[in-house]
Amino acid sequence: MTMTPTTSDAIVKLDGVVKKFGDFVAVERADFEIGRGEFLAIMGSSGCGKTTTLRMLAGLEDPTEGDIWLDGERVNGKATWDRDTPMVWQSLALFPFLTVRENVEFSLKMRSVGKAERAERVHKWLDRMQIVEFADRNISQLSGGQRQRVALARALVTEPEILLLDEPLSALDAHLKVRMQAVLSNLQKDLGITFVYVTHSMSEAFSMADRVVIMSRGKIEQIGTPQEIYHAPRNRFVAEFLGSANIFTGRIVERAGENWMVETDYGRFAVPASKAAEKTVGDSVSFIVSAENMQLGPESADIPGISARVVGEEFVGATAMVFLETESGEELKVQKGHAELAAIDHRAGASLVVHWDSEACHVLPAE
Amino acid sequence: MTGNRNIVIEALLRLHVLACLIFIFAPILGSFVFSLNSDRFPSLPLGHFSLEWYRLIWEDPFVWSGFFNTVIVGLCVAVIATLLGFGGAYTDYRYKFVGKNVYLALALLPPTIPVVIMGLAMLAFLSRINLSGSTISVIIAHGVMCSPFAMAIIRLRLSQMDPDLEAASWNLGGNEWATLRHVIVPFARPAIFAALFITMAVSFDEFAVAWFVSGLNETLPVKILGFLQGQVSPGSTPSARLPSSARSR
Repeated sequence: MTMTPTTSDAIVKLDGVVKKFGDFVAVERADFEIGRGEFLAIMGSSGCGKTTTLRMLAGLEDPTEGDIWLDGERVNGKATWDRDTPMVWQSLALFPFLTVRENVEFSLKMRSVGKAERAERVHKWLDRMQIVEFADRNISQLSGGQRQRVALARALVTEPEILLLDEPLSALDAHLKVRMQAVLSNLQKDLGITFVYVTHSMSEAFSMADRVVIMSRGKIEQIGTPQEIYHAPRNRFVAEFLGSANIFTGRIVERAGENWMVETDYGRFAVPASKAAEKTVGDSVSFIVSAENMQLGPESADIPGISARVVGEEFVGATAMVFLETESGEELKVQKGHAELAAIDHRAGASLVVHWDSEACHVLPAE
Repeated sequence: MTGNRNIVIEALLRLHVLACLIFIFAPILGSFVFSLNSDRFPSLPLGHFSLEWYRLIWEDPFVWSGFFNTVIVGLCVAVIATLLGFGGAYTDYRYKFVGKNVYLALALLPPTIPVVIMGLAMLAFLSRINLSGSTISVIIAHGVMCSPFAMAIIRLRLSQMDPDLEAASWNLGGNEWATLRHVIVPFARPAIFAALFITMAVSFDEFAVAWFVSGLNETLPVKILGFLQGQVSPGSTPSARLPSSARSR
């Protein structure tokens, strides 16, 4: 479900937030809101500023410029121990000298909650995370998945309004990762609290989050629902980051009916004019065609397209991604079902024509 | 198959281990055997079995006062040096600042200074501020010498700590003091105990600096030197059972 927060509904508001470490700009400018009860993923490669953004929300870093509002209160300079913004760490950061129970109890103890109430709340969360039987074990005696649950219970035991997660699943194997994704997703829906989830994994971000923030080198490249970002990436960086899109750049040379004709390195292609209404003849334009909208045909066919040689194939569940190389050495990607591919000779080295329906083009608005 | 094993090398290694053990334990064992001997000097053949030397030591008030001084000094030094060492190590772990290398070098310097120079310097300094010649002087001097050991041990332990652990505690509502008490100290506890024991042992053992600054409040090692030098009639204690060359002036 998509949630577009209004000002009144936002639990977090970043207002022109900049973070510098000396000369290094970790976050160039962050301006966005996070809705109450929203699952927001911040995605990007390492060093893009996503973790710094999260640490600023937690109060572990202070913004160099700009304001952070948490539940209507400006929290710049407010110590992390005075906020209720628990974080689940990439390393989990469980206390190795405490038992499972004592780990979960920690934040209640720090907040001087009485002994009886502590025991009750700890039990509730151990139970909810299905780790009651491990309550008196040491952390070193637990498996990766169990530790994950302890980390979640420890962070949630104060029943906060917002939970911050810093790549919490990166240490798990693929199978466990998918199971924990389901656990997190359900947990967030049941609790109805805000999750801010930092990850470099597109599959994690897109499968769990209501909205995704894509960052690169401290800049926010795009904010939107997974659907919006997937189907309408705003710029080349996002398109490349998603990894399944073919990007073409050219110059508009003429109008032909409802289309712009765009001259690219591979020839002249039609792009619906409605998708680039603000452009005119002579403008340069970039558009993408996602791999699943590409078609493959034999070289002899009389269809306008790009001739390319097959270089390899990757199995992606029910489909396969075919990688081709153009004469100039550029890579093209075509994703098709296995049955459809079986009808085409696509062995490595085979020459094929890649083409697409002009309606499948998406013009990158920010280029 | 024996693989890469070489009988000669293996035999030499065994011999090496054996020689190490002999050189460490034979003198101790020897003194122990001679301490139960009735003869005045450690020589063979042995005389008859006697606990006389132990009785004499038991009855010697100087030995007891030296012993108590040593214990008091050792306990105080262990606590003070471990506190200082912990502070030094935590500062190194937690903070980055200009001149940190100089700070570390200075903090770890004392054991590299020759003890005679250290003792003289301590004596000169402590007497100037009227603190020489008392138990406190030995505690101060030994505290200076021992805290680097404590710092080195605790620093090693803190370096093994997940750097997120402290921040996780803050994030869970523990302020800096609570975190120090509930996270840093428990994590470093094994090292803190190790530091307590080692600094106490170093203080127990230390003789040269104590000799300079202790005045009349001698620790046991200083007292033993006194016996060896004949301030108390030689041969009245088992400590005189040491090789005669050590007793010659």
